Amino acid sequence: MIVFEDVAKRYAGGYTALAGVSFEIRHGELVVLSGHSGAGKSTLLKLIPAIERATAGTVRINGQDVSRLPSRAIPYLRRNLGLVLQESRLLFDRSVFDNVMLPLVITGHPPGDAARRVAAALERVGLDGRGKEMPAGLSGGEQQRVAIARAIVNRPSILLADEPTAHLDAATAAGIAALFKSFNSAGVTVLVSTHDANLFAESSPRRLTLAKGLLTEGA
Amino acid sequence: MSNWLYLHFRAIAQALGRLASQPLGTLLSALVMGIALSLPAGGYLLLDNIASLARGVSGTPEISVFLETDAGEADAAAIEKHLRTDPQLASFRFVPRDEALKQLERGGLGDVLGGLDANPLPDAFVVTLRTGDPAAFEALTEEMKVWPKVAHVQLDSGWVKRLHALLVLGRSAVLILAGLLGFALVIVTFNTIRLQILTQRAEIEVSRLLGATDPFIRRPFYWFGGLQGVLGGLVALGVVWLGVGALAAPVAGLAETYGAVFALAGPQWPESLAIVSFAAFLGWLGAEISVRRHLASA
Repeated sequence: MIVFEDVAKRYAGGYTALAGVSFEIRHGELVVLSGHSGAGKSTLLKLIPAIERATAGTVRINGQDVSRLPSRAIPYLRRNLGLVLQESRLLFDRSVFDNVMLPLVITGHPPGDAARRVAAALERVGLDGRGKEMPAGLSGGEQQRVAIARAIVNRPSILLADEPTAHLDAATAAGIAALFKSFNSAGVTVLVSTHDANLFAESSPRRLTLAKGLLTEGA
Repeated sequence: MSNWLYLHFRAIAQALGRLASQPLGTLLSALVMGIALSLPAGGYLLLDNIASLARGVSGTPEISVFLETDAGEADAAAIEKHLRTDPQLASFRFVPRDEALKQLERGGLGDVLGGLDANPLPDAFVVTLRTGDPAAFEALTEEMKVWPKVAHVQLDSGWVKRLHALLVLGRSAVLILAGLLGFALVIVTFNTIRLQILTQRAEIEVSRLLGATDPFIRRPFYWFGGLQGVLGGLVALGVVWLGVGALAAPVAGLAETYGAVFALAGPQWPESLAIVSFAAFLGWLGAEISVRRHLASA
């Protein structure tokens, strides 16, 4: 469960990215976060894995107050979250397999079990049998699928995605959106930000809309 | 525990991979570290060899009591009586002037001595003391100087004392050299790790986003620094052994001219282990400082 209570985020210099944002996302929900560029979508998503810290209010993830989490506990919080960023953030000197393997290496999974999980994650995103390829040889959509496989390989209960279809054509974006819907159908809580809300329209997800740092819809 | 070991094995493999991926850089760094370390290591070994030589030569300190050239048998007997009754003495022996002359001739000075009309050497007693206390030597030397018909009393351990003082000075110089070069090696590793962090920046950032702890990120850099130090230590050992090999024959030849047998000793297992461990420590220290300095901003 994700709970925001009167959360504000102000950057040095006085810019306010979020102001008094409150909402609650229950386990197993699919929530689409929409808004124009600069509305505060990325900032909101960064507060959940503590990439950024709220300057006021409380952010709770599964009952844990992330706003006051000590720095040393943050890695363990992130291990339970799947994170897909706007750019795929893949390591281009590693194979697809090694990229997806990275979260399992970090958590110290036995290599045999890790390899099985990586294969399953790649199959899930439609890239089975392509583990040996290098990311540079993949299309933008395929690279994003690798990033999604990396996000789900640890079997997180919450999946966060920040504009995962931003640089993709309509057909590829629809394929990525379908992936998120399928994860949600399997019980994963999904919070995905996009400025193309129509992508998820047919599954009627709950919508949170931000405008200039304020939550205007979905609280 | 098994997970901790697995993460360390993985970090070692990662560090070895980074070393192997830049063979020229790795070789040059190891050579820089090795050559720099070989200077204090070689200096220490040289001093150790000189010290062992001095120990072998000096043995128990002796006092030589030279009589006046006109001293007769009765005078020598009187001094012998003094010596027999002194409880501080372990032993003594009388060296007649003729025997002293023969010893010098055997030592290669026959040509010089052959040109003299008469034996210029005096009778002498060589005295060995029970004590190793330098103050007791000095007191006894002063006492012997006033005995009748004693021309000169010489404390034979004097040169050994001076040598030991020089060895202490040499060891201090080696320590200072080791400190300075060690500092330089820490800087070398610091810079190598800094470059590693810069080239691995993307991986570090992504790993942090995926839940990597600071120890997980730092571990491969520590191993990299330590392994680079080990390579440097092995190069240093190689350089020292090359030096020992090159100098062994000339040193043995020099010793032979003094009628002695001396073999230059290279580093044994404990010294070898100490050199490699010290190098590994320096590598680790450079990595530690660099990681603390640069990972916070990575």
